[in-house]
Amino acid sequence: MLSSDKEEFLKKTAKDIRKDILFQIYNAQSGHPGGALSCADILTAIYFEEKTNDDKVILSKGHASAALYAALAEHSEINKDELKTFRKYGSRLQGHPSSHALEKIDVSSGSLGQGLSIANGIALSNKLNKNDNKTYVILGDGEIAEGQVWEAAMTSSHYKLKNIIAFLDYNKMQIDGTNDEVMKSRPLDKKFKAFGWNVQEIDGHDFNQIIDAIENAKNSKKPNMIIANTVKGKGVSFMENQVGWHGKAPNEEQYNLAMKELS
Amino acid sequence: MKATRESYGEALEKLGKKNKDIVVLDADLANATMTKKFKSLYPKRFFDMGIAEQDMIGTAAGFAIGGKIPFSSTFAIFAAGRAYEQIRNAIAYPNLNVKIAATHAGLTVGEDGASHQAIEDISLMRTIPNMTVISPCDDMETKWAIDWATKYNGPVYIRLTRPKVESIYGENPELIILENDEKQKSKEEKRNLKPKFEIGKMIVHGEGNDATVFATGVEVQEALKAKNELAKQSINIRVVDVHTIKPIDKETIIKCAKETDRVITIEDHSIIGGLGSAICEVLSEEFPTKVKRMGVQDKFGTSGKWHELLEEYGLDSKSIIEEVLKKQN
Repeated sequence: MLSSDKEEFLKKTAKDIRKDILFQIYNAQSGHPGGALSCADILTAIYFEEKTNDDKVILSKGHASAALYAALAEHSEINKDELKTFRKYGSRLQGHPSSHALEKIDVSSGSLGQGLSIANGIALSNKLNKNDNKTYVILGDGEIAEGQVWEAAMTSSHYKLKNIIAFLDYNKMQIDGTNDEVMKSRPLDKKFKAFGWNVQEIDGHDFNQIIDAIENAKNSKKPNMIIANTVKGKGVSFMENQVGWHGKAPNEEQYNLAMKELS
Repeated sequence: MKATRESYGEALEKLGKKNKDIVVLDADLANATMTKKFKSLYPKRFFDMGIAEQDMIGTAAGFAIGGKIPFSSTFAIFAAGRAYEQIRNAIAYPNLNVKIAATHAGLTVGEDGASHQAIEDISLMRTIPNMTVISPCDDMETKWAIDWATKYNGPVYIRLTRPKVESIYGENPELIILENDEKQKSKEEKRNLKPKFEIGKMIVHGEGNDATVFATGVEVQEALKAKNELAKQSINIRVVDVHTIKPIDKETIIKCAKETDRVITIEDHSIIGGLGSAICEVLSEEFPTKVKRMGVQDKFGTSGKWHELLEEYGLDSKSIIEEVLKKQN
């Protein structure tokens, strides 16, 4: 259990990250608020509670880039002022995360389905180097329709990569509709279990559950999949559970309303 | 005689001993790509990824991020073809230190037929920013290339082939045609004439002015055979071994175009987008010249013995001779 102080701190940080997400997307008039807001708490827990300097983070669902930049800004790894350059010409904050543009990004992403394979390579390198570093991966639920995810899932388990801690940001929605409408992927817990993973299912907005799941994962003998039940657009009432807010920027009125809700 | 894939296997064996950062990935083809030698010697640094090339390329990217020097191997069709987008986005875009050694390129795959004959891989790979593309022609050149790739920090695509080919730069340099005055030179002097391998620098065989034949991979030996035969009829051509397709050696291309009557390109690859296109791109901008592109004429391959296919598709030494003679007459 987190101390109430710690939990409050994480909640406040996640709120700031959500505000940063909205600011970037509003300012750029471009971006993906729904899936960025849904993984904000997971990123907060990783960056502010778990990640060491040698651990790596892969945002496999790269379109949620605003959430990653917000976490880096709140974590003082980039200047908060830089968020206003998001998605603009000449910015280090590319539309989808680029390690080449911004050194603090461990792995470039954006083309879906590739993060877990890259995590496997990093995890295998750590194993060869006999260190205990962890690789965190955040996958989208639409993303897992990519066949490469399942190739990689096999590899993680074949090579016993217990040093991988993956999150499935399970908000159950994607561009064209709900997962069930677009491509039914259920039951995901059984699928990952069948692929040889240690699967935990949690509320992806409850910090106690997120931290507990990561701590459990550190003692696992298998690669770890934390299925985090989340709400797309979490924190902004009119964006919550709305497919339409996958890749749309708010107008001025909507932005002001959203920021008011988060203050 | 040795296949360049065998030379690759031997190179890995040697480099793997010296450099502990080298890791090798394969997609269930270690016996064919010849990574099996590395596998048996350094099992802890060999990773079979199963028949999952996209995952293999992604994993190689992760190894590079983890500070290793990954060599990924499978057939060219499955590397450049199936995993194209992974190579582009996971390796080349972040400019990662991954080496893709793709074997069984071109029609010379032979019996397996069109599904396995990559005739588009040079084209696919050379359009990707940050990518270096190497297509060695013999044992020694392959070893040079692998050695260079290990030292170079960045993505490299190395195109290797299935059939045994002549040794052009090795112990058996009979295919190097020495010009008349050079024939008189001592053995020692001849050894010193051996071309030096430098990435991005083509190797020019001979000084004939009747035609230049730019060749790559298995076609270098065919072009040298043609050069030999033509010399008997007092037709003197020069053969340019284009081991590096990208970056392309503009200077040598322009020089040869200026100095010779004709320019011919030949590759075991489609005439669209490969070596021929690369040469034409340079000449059309720098020194407009008519170019004859010999290669696979926008069609698929088929099953057959590899030399039979080269003959049928007009890619053997005889076809080169015929092409050169066309204009002579």
